[in-house]
Amino acid sequence: MLNKKNLVLAVSTSALALASISSAHASTLEDTMERGAVRCGVSDGLPGFSAPDDDGNWQGLDVDVCRAVAAAVLGDADAVDYVSLNAVERFTALQSGEVDVLSRNTTWTTTRDTTLGINFAGVSFYDGQGFMISRDLGISSASELGGAAICIQAGTTTELNLADYFRANDMEFDPIVFDTSEQTVGGYQAGRCDVLTSDTSQLAALRIQLDDPDASVILSDVISKEPLGPSVRQGDDEWFNIVKWSLFALLNAEELGISSENVDEMLESENPNIVRLLGQDGNYGEGMGLEADWAYNIISQVGNYSEIYDRNVGMESPLQIERGVNALWTDGGLQYAPPIR
Amino acid sequence: MSVKSTPRPAGQKPPFWRDRAKRALIFQLLLITAVAAFLLYIVGNTQDNLSERGITTGFGFLSNTAGFGIVQSLIDYSSQSTYGRTFVVGLLNTLLVGGLGVLAATIIGFTVGIARLSPNWLIARLANVYIETFRNIPLLLQIFFWYFAVLRTLPSARESMAFGEAIFLNVRGLYLPQPLFESGFGLIPATFLVAIAASIALMIWNKRRHEATGKRIPAGWLSLVLIFGLPLVVLIATGVPVTWEMPELRGFNFRGGITVIPEFLALWLALSIYTASFIAEIVRSGIQAISHGQTEAAQALSLPRNLILKLIVIPQAMRVIIPPLTSQYLNLIKNSSLATAIGYPDLVSVFAGTTLNQTGQAIEVIAMTMAVYLTISLLVSMFMNWFNARVALVER
Repeated sequence: MLNKKNLVLAVSTSALALASISSAHASTLEDTMERGAVRCGVSDGLPGFSAPDDDGNWQGLDVDVCRAVAAAVLGDADAVDYVSLNAVERFTALQSGEVDVLSRNTTWTTTRDTTLGINFAGVSFYDGQGFMISRDLGISSASELGGAAICIQAGTTTELNLADYFRANDMEFDPIVFDTSEQTVGGYQAGRCDVLTSDTSQLAALRIQLDDPDASVILSDVISKEPLGPSVRQGDDEWFNIVKWSLFALLNAEELGISSENVDEMLESENPNIVRLLGQDGNYGEGMGLEADWAYNIISQVGNYSEIYDRNVGMESPLQIERGVNALWTDGGLQYAPPIR
Repeated sequence: MSVKSTPRPAGQKPPFWRDRAKRALIFQLLLITAVAAFLLYIVGNTQDNLSERGITTGFGFLSNTAGFGIVQSLIDYSSQSTYGRTFVVGLLNTLLVGGLGVLAATIIGFTVGIARLSPNWLIARLANVYIETFRNIPLLLQIFFWYFAVLRTLPSARESMAFGEAIFLNVRGLYLPQPLFESGFGLIPATFLVAIAASIALMIWNKRRHEATGKRIPAGWLSLVLIFGLPLVVLIATGVPVTWEMPELRGFNFRGGITVIPEFLALWLALSIYTASFIAEIVRSGIQAISHGQTEAAQALSLPRNLILKLIVIPQAMRVIIPPLTSQYLNLIKNSSLATAIGYPDLVSVFAGTTLNQTGQAIEVIAMTMAVYLTISLLVSMFMNWFNARVALVER
C-alpha cells in the first residue's frame, strides 16, 4: 500500500507546485518589452474615441492614449495590438491579462476601482450622460421624458444613472438594452425607443452616424459625472505609473507649449520644466524602467493633449465637441497634471 | 491443449497486484484522487489569483441593490431590487420563452410532420418546403430576420395597427387587453380543476369497462366538453366577473393592458419555427418506423381509421419519437440564450450580461448561469425519460 500513498503525495505536491508557479508572473513591462507591442483594449467602434478608419487603422482619443504608452515604453507609437471589446467583456479582458491597458471610454467609479482589481490611471476625458431624441417630438428637457422607451447599451454606468435619474424625478421608463452601440443606434433608428442615452461625447459620435443627423437633437441636460480614463490591472505599480505618466506627459506638453511640430526645437529650450520633461536633464523615465526620452517619443509621435483632442473629437473632427471642462486648468478647465520633477 | 496451473498452497493469498478486483479498486481510487486534487488545485489557484489581484469574491453581491431597469418582468421588479431578484427575473423570462417555445414547436412540429405524410401532394410538398427552409438556416439569422426584417417594419406607436380598439400592434410590441378578475372569479379555475379530475376518472372507468365488457363510450369527446363546458357554464351563471383593462396611448407609449415586447415575439417565433422543423422530421420518421403490415393487419380486422392511429400507430411511434424529441426541447431551451443578441431580457442578458458587468464577479455569475441551464436541462430530460418509460412498449 506504500505505492499508493506515494502517488497521492506526488499528485498533491505537484498540484501545489503548479499553483505556486502560476501565481508568480513576470512584470507587465517586461512582458511588453519582450513582445514588442502594448496590448490595448479599445471599443467595438466609437468614432472619435476608438474606431478603425477606412484603411483599418485604429483612430481616436482612446487609441492615442494607447499609442502614447507604446511610444513611452517601446519608442514606437505604432507598436500596439488593439483588442476590440464590448462593454461587458472589457473588465474580464483586463483582469485575465488579455489586454494590459483598457482605454475604452470607461467611467471611473468606486466599484470598478475597488472591487474589480483594476486601477484607473487618470482622466483622459471629462464627460456626462445626456439624451438624444427625435427633433419631431418637440421635447427640450429631460424632465419631459416620463414614460419613454429608452435605448441603452448593456453593462454601462449609463444603465444605473438612468434608473437613478428617473426614480429621483418620479418618472417611468422602459429600458431597451442592446449589446453593442451599433445595435443601440439601430434600435433608435427603427423607432423601437424614443430616446437614446449615453455619454454626451458618444451621442455626438453616434449622431453623425445616423441616416439623417439633423432629425435628432441632443438635449442640453447632463445627468451624471462621467470621468473617462485608461485603467490597468491592480498589483503592478510600475506599469500603473507608466500609463499614468504617459497621460500626464500629454497634458504637461500642452501646458508647456510643446507639440509634435516644435518638439525638436524645444530640445534646445532653456525652460527647466521643458528640459526635465524631454529628458535633457536627469532621467525621469528611470523610476518607471523607461529611457530618458520617453516623453520626447510620446510628443513627437503622438502629439500633446490639445493636438489629440482637436483631431479626434474637437473642432478639426466631425464630432465638433468644444474643449469645455476638458480645457487645461490654466484655461479654466479641469485638465491638470502633476509636475515633472 | 490445456495448461495445468500450479496449485497455490492453501492459506497463501496471491499478492494484491495480481488480484484483479483489488487492482481495479486501486486504479479507481487513484483516478478519483487525481480528479479531486485537480479540482482542488483549480479552485485554490483561482481563489489565490483573485485575492492577489484584489478582485472581490463570494455571493454577497446578490443582496446588493441592482440599480438598473428591466423592460419585461413577470414579478415585481424595480431598479431598487437586488441582484438576487434580477437573477429570478432573468430566469423566469428564460423559462417563459422556453416553455412557450416548447409548446408552439411541438404543435407546429407534429402538424407539419403529419402533413408531410399526407396523401395530398400539395400539403406534403408544402410541409417539405417548410422543413428544408427553416432547418437549414442558422437560428441566429432567423432571430435577426424576425426582429430586424419583420417586426422593425411595423408602424410607430402613434400610427399603430388597431384591431377593434382593443389590440394594438406597432414597432414597440403587441398590446393586449388585460383581464381584471373580480371577486367570485376564483370559482372558475376551481370548476376547471374539478372538470379535469372528473375527465380523468371517466377515462379510467371507460378503459376498465372496455376491458371487461368490450363496450366503450367516446370518453375523449365527453372530457373535452366537460373541461371547457363546465367552467363556461359557471362563468355565465356568476355573471362574468371579469373586466378588461384596455391599452391606450398616453404620452410616448401605450400604457395599461398586457405588453408583449417585440424582442419576445421575435425570439419566440424564431425558436418555435426553427425547432418545429426538426420535430416534424422526428415525427415523420417515428410514424414511418411502424411497419405498414401492422396498419394493414388492423384494417383487415376492420378497425376504424382513428382507432388504428390511436391504438396501433401512435403508441409505437411515440417510442421512436420521444428520445430525439427530448434533445430538441433541450436545444430550444439552451438556444433561448441567443436572446441577448436582440436585447430580450433573459438570464444571459440581465444576469450574465448587465449584472456581471456591474459587479465584475464573472466567476460567480457565470457559474450560477451554467448551473441554471444544467438544472433546467436535467429536469426536462428526467421528465421526458419518465414519460418515455410510460409509453414504452411493454414486452411480454
